[in-house]
Amino acid sequence: MNFDPMKIPWSLLGLVIVFTIGMFIRGIVPKITARAGMRIGIRFYQPWIDLIKHFSIQTSITHGVMFYLGPVFRLTGGVSMILFMPLIYGSWYFSNFAFAGDMVLFLYMMFFGTLGMALGAGESGHPYSAIGVSRGLAQVTVAEIPLVLALLSVAAQHNTLSITEIVAAQQGGISHWTMVTNPVATMAGMLALLGSMMNSPFNVVLAPQEIPVGPPTEYHGTFLGIMNTNRSIFPVAKVVFFMNIFFGGATNWGILILKSFIIYMWPVFVGLVFPRFRVDQSIRWFLKVPMLLGILAVALI
Amino acid sequence: MTEKKYPHHKVTGPDGAEFVVTPMEDYYCQERPQVQKSSNAVIEKFYNWARANSLWIVGFGTGCGAIEMRPLRTPRFDAYRYGVNWRATPRQSNLFIISGYLSVKTLKRVIRVYEQMQSPKYVLGLGSCTINGGMYWDSYNTIKRLDHYIPVDAYIPGCMPRPEALLDGFEELKKIIIAGEANGANLYAENFDWYKANQKKIIKNWDMPDYSW
Repeated sequence: MNFDPMKIPWSLLGLVIVFTIGMFIRGIVPKITARAGMRIGIRFYQPWIDLIKHFSIQTSITHGVMFYLGPVFRLTGGVSMILFMPLIYGSWYFSNFAFAGDMVLFLYMMFFGTLGMALGAGESGHPYSAIGVSRGLAQVTVAEIPLVLALLSVAAQHNTLSITEIVAAQQGGISHWTMVTNPVATMAGMLALLGSMMNSPFNVVLAPQEIPVGPPTEYHGTFLGIMNTNRSIFPVAKVVFFMNIFFGGATNWGILILKSFIIYMWPVFVGLVFPRFRVDQSIRWFLKVPMLLGILAVALI
Repeated sequence: MTEKKYPHHKVTGPDGAEFVVTPMEDYYCQERPQVQKSSNAVIEKFYNWARANSLWIVGFGTGCGAIEMRPLRTPRFDAYRYGVNWRATPRQSNLFIISGYLSVKTLKRVIRVYEQMQSPKYVLGLGSCTINGGMYWDSYNTIKRLDHYIPVDAYIPGCMPRPEALLDGFEELKKIIIAGEANGANLYAENFDWYKANQKKIIKNWDMPDYSW
C-alpha cells in the first residue's frame, strides 16, 4: 500500500458523506416502516435532533475505563471499515486506504466493534447488558459463517482478497456482476446480511420488549451519542461493502447512494414481513439454509 | 435500618488478604446531586430546542394512567411524529410521566428511577391524582401532591385524561423546555434536603442510598 498523506482529508470527506447518507437513511427507513404500519412516522430529520440531544445531556455515570472505551471501540470499528474500503471505483479521491488484503481487514473490523461493545457493556455490571451482549455475539458470530463462506467463494472466483480488484473484475455491465457470475455466493451473503442489520427477525438483541434495550442499557448522554453516530456509519459501511463485492461497486456517488439504499431496504422489507426470532431460533436458521448455500458456493467454485 | 439490612462483613480476597466491606459506602456513590449551569446562553438555547424535540420517555407506568400512553404508539395518535419515543431504561430517557396515582410502594421506585435519569430531566404529572390525590385523596396508601417528592414541570389534569390531552401536554412541555424554564433537575439539587425529608416521611423502610446515581 502506497501511503499518500493527501488522501487523509479526502478519506475524511468520504466518511462525512457516508455519515450523512446514514443519518438520512435512518430518518427515511423508520418513515417507510411507519407507513407500512399505517402511521405517519418520525420526521426525516429526527435522527439529527436525537444526536444533538444526546450530546446535550449530562454524562456523569462511569463504571470504569472499559465502560468509556466500549463506544469508542464501536465507533473505531465503523470508521475503520469506511477508511479501508474503496467507496468509488476508479476515483483516487474516494478509494481511501484500500490495499491488497482489505477484505480480511473489513471482516475483522466488522467484529471488532461488537467485541469492544461487549467489553464495555460487561463493565457496566448491568445483568441485562451481559445477557444482551451474549445474545448479540452469538448471533453475529453465526451470521458471519455464511458471509465468510460467500466471501471465500468470491475471493477464489476472482483469485484476490482486494475489494478494488473484485470491483474491477465486475465492470462492464450487469452480466459481469458477482450477482450473476456467482449467484449462490450472493444468496448466502445476502441472507447473512439479514443477521447483522438489526432488523426483524434478527433484532432480538436490541428489542425493548425483550430485555431493556440490550447491551447499551447503561449508556447515556455522550456515550449514546457516539454509539448513535456509529449506527449511521456501520450499516452503510456494510451495505457499501456488499455493493462492492456482489453488485458491481459504484463509479460515482449517485450510483453508490442508489445501490446502497436498495441493498439497505432488503433487510427492512424482510423485517416488515417476518416476526422476530429468538436467538436460539436464529442460530439454527443461519446454520441451515444460509450455511449450506455458503458451502455450496465454495464447492462450486 | 440500613446498617441492619446491609451490615459490615469481612471478605477474603483471592490472594488471602482480608478486608471489611461496608455495602452502602463501598458499592454505592454517596455524592449529592449538583446544580448544572450552562456557560453559553446561545448554545443552551439550541440544546433546549433539541431536547424539546426529542422527548424520550422512560417506560415505567406507575399507575392506571399508563394505559393512556399505549394508544399514542398506534396509528390513531402516533406520537413518534412529534419526536416522542419510549425507552426501556432510565439512563437514556429524559421525560418521566407519572401516570396517575402513586402508591407508597411505587414512590420508592419512582425516586430511584428519577434519580438514575440524567439531567436535564423532565416530569409530567398525568391525571388529577398527581395534583391533589384525585379520587384517592383519603387513601392510606397513596401520596397526594407529587411535587412534594419530585419536581414536576407540567400537569395534565383529568381522570383519566384522553391520549389527545397527553399529546397536548407534550406540546406544552416543549414550550416550557424551549423557554428554558424546565429546571426540575436543578430544583431537585438545590432543595435536595427538603425533598429527601418529604420522601423519608412517607417511605418508612428507607434501605437505599440517599441519591441513586
